[in-house]
Amino acid sequence: MNAPFEGIGASVRRKEDLRFISGRGNYTDDINRPHQTYMVIKRSDRPHAKIISIDTSVAMAAPGVVAIYTGDDFANIGGLPCGWQIHNKDGSPMAEPKHPVIAHGKVRHVGDPIAVVIAETKQQARNAAELLEINLEDLPGVATTTDALKPGATLIHDEAAGNVCYDWHLGDADAVAAAFKSAHKVVTLDLENNRLIPNAMEPRVALGDYDRHTGDYTLYTTSQNPHVIRLLMGAFVLGLPEHKLRVVAPDVGGGFGSKIYHYAEEAIVTWAAGKLGRPVKWTADRSESFMSDAHGRDHVSTAQMAVDASGKFLALKVHTVANMGAYLSTFAPAVPTYLYATLLAGTYTTPVIYVEVKAVFTNTVPVDAYRGAGRPEATFLIERLVDAVALDTGIDKIELRRKNFIPIDAFPYQTPVALQYDSGNYFATLDAAMKAADYNGFPARKAAAAAKGKLRGIGVSTYLEACGIAPSKVVGSLGARAGLYEVANIRVHPTGSVTVFTGTHSHGQGHETTMAQLVTDQLGVPFSQVDIVHGDTSKIPFGMGTYGSRSLAVGGSAMVKAMDKIIAKGKKIAAHLLEASPEDIEFKNGNFSVAGTDRSKSFGEIALTAYVPHNYPIETVEPGLDETAFYDPMNFTFPGGCHICEVEIDPETGVTSIINFNAVDDVGRVINPMIVEGQVQGGVAQGIGQALMENAAYDASGQLLSGSFMDYTMPRADDLVNITVGTENTMCTHNPLGSKGCGEVGAIGSPPAVINAICDALKIRHMNMPATAEKVWSIINGRSAG
Amino acid sequence: MYDFAYEKPASLADAVAALGHEDAKVIAGGMTLIPVLKQRLNKPSVVVDLSGLGMTGITVTDESVIIGAMTTHATVAASAAVKRAIPALATLAGLIGDKEVRHRGTIGGSLANNDPAADYPSAALALGATINTNTRSINADDYFQGMFTTALEAGEVITSVVFPIPAKAAYVKFKNPASRYAMVGVFVAKGPAGVRVTITGAGQNGVFRHIGFEHALAAKWSADSLTGVATSQDDLNSDIHASAEYRAHLCNVVAKRAVAAAG
Ligand SMILES: Cc1cc2nc3c(=O)[nH]c(=O)nc-3n(C[C@H](O)[C@H](O)[C@H](O)COP(=O)(O)OP(=O)(O)OC[C@H]3O[C@@H](n4cnc5c(N)ncnc54)[C@H](O)[C@@H]3O)c2cc1C
Repeated sequence: MNAPFEGIGASVRRKEDLRFISGRGNYTDDINRPHQTYMVIKRSDRPHAKIISIDTSVAMAAPGVVAIYTGDDFANIGGLPCGWQIHNKDGSPMAEPKHPVIAHGKVRHVGDPIAVVIAETKQQARNAAELLEINLEDLPGVATTTDALKPGATLIHDEAAGNVCYDWHLGDADAVAAAFKSAHKVVTLDLENNRLIPNAMEPRVALGDYDRHTGDYTLYTTSQNPHVIRLLMGAFVLGLPEHKLRVVAPDVGGGFGSKIYHYAEEAIVTWAAGKLGRPVKWTADRSESFMSDAHGRDHVSTAQMAVDASGKFLALKVHTVANMGAYLSTFAPAVPTYLYATLLAGTYTTPVIYVEVKAVFTNTVPVDAYRGAGRPEATFLIERLVDAVALDTGIDKIELRRKNFIPIDAFPYQTPVALQYDSGNYFATLDAAMKAADYNGFPARKAAAAAKGKLRGIGVSTYLEACGIAPSKVVGSLGARAGLYEVANIRVHPTGSVTVFTGTHSHGQGHETTMAQLVTDQLGVPFSQVDIVHGDTSKIPFGMGTYGSRSLAVGGSAMVKAMDKIIAKGKKIAAHLLEASPEDIEFKNGNFSVAGTDRSKSFGEIALTAYVPHNYPIETVEPGLDETAFYDPMNFTFPGGCHICEVEIDPETGVTSIINFNAVDDVGRVINPMIVEGQVQGGVAQGIGQALMENAAYDASGQLLSGSFMDYTMPRADDLVNITVGTENTMCTHNPLGSKGCGEVGAIGSPPAVINAICDALKIRHMNMPATAEKVWSIINGRSAG
Repeated sequence: MYDFAYEKPASLADAVAALGHEDAKVIAGGMTLIPVLKQRLNKPSVVVDLSGLGMTGITVTDESVIIGAMTTHATVAASAAVKRAIPALATLAGLIGDKEVRHRGTIGGSLANNDPAADYPSAALALGATINTNTRSINADDYFQGMFTTALEAGEVITSVVFPIPAKAAYVKFKNPASRYAMVGVFVAKGPAGVRVTITGAGQNGVFRHIGFEHALAAKWSADSLTGVATSQDDLNSDIHASAEYRAHLCNVVAKRAVAAAG
């Protein structure tokens, strides 16, 4: 009987799922250390206030209390670092006020930590936290960028005049101005991208441990990138060298970006563990997650497209104000700039683009990258604007897109906003999605719905994104303070089984399966003989973690490079055993053979020989079969595709139902189609969530109104339909796998498809997200009344 | 949550005695009480668990459906007897929360709590139910006294609820998209208590009877009768999910749908 095919292209079941669905995962909160203490954080319930005094004496005397720390204890310790520096239009660096680990002098958002209580039990810590006597004096607060920019608005940081973090631009302002002057028409659209709260299923947890005999620190944390945390916290906050600091991120229950960043709690538990000589554990409760996990999106923009009489795009001008929240989270400044503005060409040949972005501080939770990060904001803007152009010019929205698509033979395609796309075929994904969605049958379905008193609409989004983050040299020149390569160590054991140590991190994506398939494919080792290890700085050589759909495109490529070294070495060993020259050895299906003969050695035999080198080319080849590769990508990867959404609206209530959702994406080479389908469906679910229901609501002063699942609307299964996923792939031309990445396409491509469908149904030009029932009802009502 | 003592009495008398402690609190399904305790919004001295008392089960007579206070929403939703006698009540129970909540939460707990967006209060008020306690029987008209407020005295335990069987009834719920409680839930009934229309989720003071709708339907039982009948926005909730204006509009739409469903 043939073994089942488990290599590239097989929908192998996810091997990690058995432990996840049977409750056997090993999450950070499952880890407990001897003599552990528990930390509870007293957080601000005010958006903006002066800290007049904190009296800890009563709380300190409460049963079980081990220590209480406030901002004073951290006053001489580094703030939480920002990993990306943006420069203003005039070349000066952005305002980068200190982000204290614990608030010092002032609190700047609801959720800002004021003090931590560490006690023998969590209950005792909670009890004592209630005894803290904290005297705050309220200052005026602002929640929106519009209010923060008003003259005389409350100043959040002394270092940021007018609450402006930076005022940045990209592109050719003069060329755009000239094109606007001679254009047939300029179409303008004002739009907002609503703020979201990530809500990973597993709340954040941090457990710090210190060994006074060795001086070693260990931080167990819910992170997407343990090495980055080690680097940021060790070097910038606590001054701990790498060899004395181990960061472990075990099973992590979802991140969506929110677990990339270095958070205060990680630094506090690590520092306190050293101070107290005892482990310190903090586990967020859900309410804390709402007010302390980095939020996402929150843009206000004006977009203008100049077109000629035939509908050809001539120039695009965009002005965006981005809300940073109260402090700069780790990658926040990069999101509305290099992950957003560089995407504004989309799938179109728009020859000149100019974009201005102003980033602004407000009294809200810091914002950072959230699934898609900048690219959903860019895609929403472009794909809404294209529909507005179609409406204003009377050109069919499909025809308009086709007319402006980058032609198939134009790749590599240099955009006017820095990026160079390596490959793509937007016509193919559009055609396939239209077919899957039975686009041509829509008028009949619309008429049938109208007969029942319902409004149907269909919306199209032909999007593109940049991921596979990122070429270090390029991002370095743009202000990144880190390299963005990836690392793989492939350890072949003496009997031929393989352990892969990857610098990427899986928090739901199924790396343990996909990456094992990659090894099976490349080395011919059975799938069951391959294990993937991630999430521990003491095991993995180095790594930048998982975000920006980079794990396969960058981390997988590092694996391929390391496996190439394994194969090259194996050939030398095989050549010795087979008495042939290494150049004559071929490696195929797990066998090293002499070309053109039936003489061969299996992969297992070569592995054993490498570790038992009795008959071995010892003069020229080292024993062992264990190789590491660092892979720095040549370019970003550019997945893209077409999402088509069909909605039906109940005009009496304004409720929108998704009737059909078809996604056809170009993600490059697919390793496991089932996992890709799941990634796209999950992303689309989040995109539909953003489009129809999710919204981080603040009152004008910065009080969080949607601080629980009673008020923050998460999409649920019954809000969705079966999301149909297809792929029409072109290969990435610059990485060895041809893979582009699939983690974010769903969340990037889908929101404008939904809103375009609603606008189509309502025959309106625009509406902002989320399209709640009341908003839709008001629009219908206003129209029927007017 | 704060520390508290826990008791699980075997008789109603023991339960009532245990509830004599200052700040004693009943726990039924715990679906409301436990989240409240976890947020430290309540600090009971002792929590008295009613699950050892029986008080479960459904009895149907010619005139009424009698439901034990500890009967779960899932039991009511699945009951063939309730579906025959008052199908609207089974429908309503099946619309509460999610499956897990329906298997823990009880009718007694729901009525004792009287959440302004809970479902059961609308049925109790529309059908003219009687709430039986360890000391007395309370008419629904006297029982609901504004949000989270009822006629129950401290230490009083609901034992069962009696719903008169109506000629027609239906419940339609427009869910709050986040919490899935009622944003506007309308129970319409034509029964021994006359024509009644009750609304939950919309009012600032909890469940209320919509007199305008009742008059219109008493004149003619038809969804069309409600066309143009206004709902005052004065006492309606306005929040991030829905303005008072929208809720007022929904009262009309949902009530019409309920009348249509009742037949
Ligand atoms: C996720 C979630 C979703 C929900 N969705 C809905 C919904 O859509 N619609 C809805 O109506 N409800 C909803 N609920 C509430 C649910 O119906 C609760 O079960 C109900 O409100 C309380 O019932 P319980 O048995 O759990 O009571 P408990 O939580 O045990 O008690 C609630 C209160 O009633 C008191 N109490 C309980 N039983 C008695 C008694 N016999 N006599 C006197 N006092 C008593 C308790 O002391 C307490 O104050 C939801 C709850 C959750 C957690």
